[in-house]
Amino acid sequence: MSAQLLQLICFYAFGAVAVASALMVITLRNSVHAVLSLVLTFFSVASIWLLAQAEFLAIALIVVYVGAVMVLFLFVVMMLDINLERMREGFIKYLPVGIIVAAVMLVEMLALIGVRAMHVMTMGPDPAAAAGMSNTAWLGQALYTRFLLPFEIAALILTVGLIAAVVLTLRHKPLTRRQNPGDQVRVSNRDRVRVVKMDAERPQESES
Amino acid sequence: MADLLFHEVLVPVLLIFAIMLPVVLTVAMFVYWERKVIGWMHVRMGPNKIGPLGLFQAFADVVKLLIKEVLVPTNANKFLFFLAPLLALIPALAAWAVVPFDQGMVLANVNAGVLYLLAMSSVGVYGIILAGWASNSRYALLGAMRSAAQVISYELAMGMALVCVLVLAGSLNLTAIVDAQAGPKGIFDWFWLPLLPVFVIYWISGVAETNRAPFDVAEGESEIVAGFHVEYSGSAFAIFFLAEYANMILISFLAAVLFMGGWLSPFPVSWGWIGHGSILWLFAKAFIFSFFFLWFRATFPRYRYDQIMRLGWKVFIPITIVWVLVAGCMKYFGWVTIGG
Repeated sequence: MSAQLLQLICFYAFGAVAVASALMVITLRNSVHAVLSLVLTFFSVASIWLLAQAEFLAIALIVVYVGAVMVLFLFVVMMLDINLERMREGFIKYLPVGIIVAAVMLVEMLALIGVRAMHVMTMGPDPAAAAGMSNTAWLGQALYTRFLLPFEIAALILTVGLIAAVVLTLRHKPLTRRQNPGDQVRVSNRDRVRVVKMDAERPQESES
Repeated sequence: MADLLFHEVLVPVLLIFAIMLPVVLTVAMFVYWERKVIGWMHVRMGPNKIGPLGLFQAFADVVKLLIKEVLVPTNANKFLFFLAPLLALIPALAAWAVVPFDQGMVLANVNAGVLYLLAMSSVGVYGIILAGWASNSRYALLGAMRSAAQVISYELAMGMALVCVLVLAGSLNLTAIVDAQAGPKGIFDWFWLPLLPVFVIYWISGVAETNRAPFDVAEGESEIVAGFHVEYSGSAFAIFFLAEYANMILISFLAAVLFMGGWLSPFPVSWGWIGHGSILWLFAKAFIFSFFFLWFRATFPRYRYDQIMRLGWKVFIPITIVWVLVAGCMKYFGWVTIGG
């Protein structure tokens, strides 16, 4: 068995897992299970990317999506108290809308694929391998030299989005009480305890 | 075919066992050592009844945990309940694949080693969250929420600290990072000196990542009984335990590799065998770091939850971002020498 064949088998295996878990995302009733299927989908796709020697993208997918985005997703879904019976009721009602949306998207994607197929593009050799560098090193070099301006603009847009999200959700409630850690650290024993000097007192003799 | 099978399957599997079995054994002995050290710090004896100096205590604990009954709470999600400990253990063990023990002594010498470590440590949080949710218990869910928020927050500080290291080393490969710390000045060539604030932040974030005292609000015995693993018993609990301790030892090894020169010797080469780098130096450094875990636990009171978040987001992340710039300047203007 050659290494090439093994790679092909692995590709189809990961692809099958990715498709199956993607189907499970939309068919499973339990929403936590659905989120976990999505995690599995990301993992399978990352494995396929690793097979294609795109190691940086694959690991970035796992760090960013599996490690951070999906954890927050899971967080939110876990907190939801979903009534499963109600969800089933809506299924038939929304089915026509869903089918129309799916059909439109299918047609659009087929059209896109058709148009792209007309312009035959041949992929050049792997630029990282051609430059004799690892995938990660080549990507870094390309991003910070040739594509520096688009890269920085993308970073700026993301920062703006981040700040916008914070500002939109930040509400100052008048009744919130805040602790100032600086004050807490600077507190001294004199603010809390008052030492009083007084003469000793004789215990009074009890009346018997 | 047989040749391929031997080189591509059998040898890696044997190497994996050669790393995994010592790790598991170290975890067992580390638990004994933890109880001993904390005992001494509390002016107690620690375990001393089973075997010489109580050395067999660890194995007695393991046997006890394995023969205990595994209970499943009512209405718990059984599949996820048993999947969660495995999801915690697998990344904790998988991360060891890229740890270099000596020059060339590494299972997978991957180019993106640091990224791989980040990926593995971020996947480990799923075990904790799912354990909390699948247990169908209030305390477990609270512990899982706290733990997830904490791990995500401190991962950022840790990631930025790793960025500083890889800016100086110019590589994501852990072996190359150790090589970049070699130099004639010995201990003063290692990255702890130019990256001192980041080194401290990395270490504290590591303690917070593993949910250890003083950042153990996820377990907080006195508040939420034991947090995410409150419903686990027997071998399922043992797996969580194994994952947590394997992670602690991993963080200790990584602190040694990334900042303290890995297997390099602190003494000049002219001192003979003691001046040459060897795996024993790495073990010695990792041992000292893992001792800090125990020292912290015996010394510091637990952080309050909001204080943990404040420390992570408002103190550590800004400092690491500034130090990424400083590290960039160090590299660009040649303030530090990289490599021997």
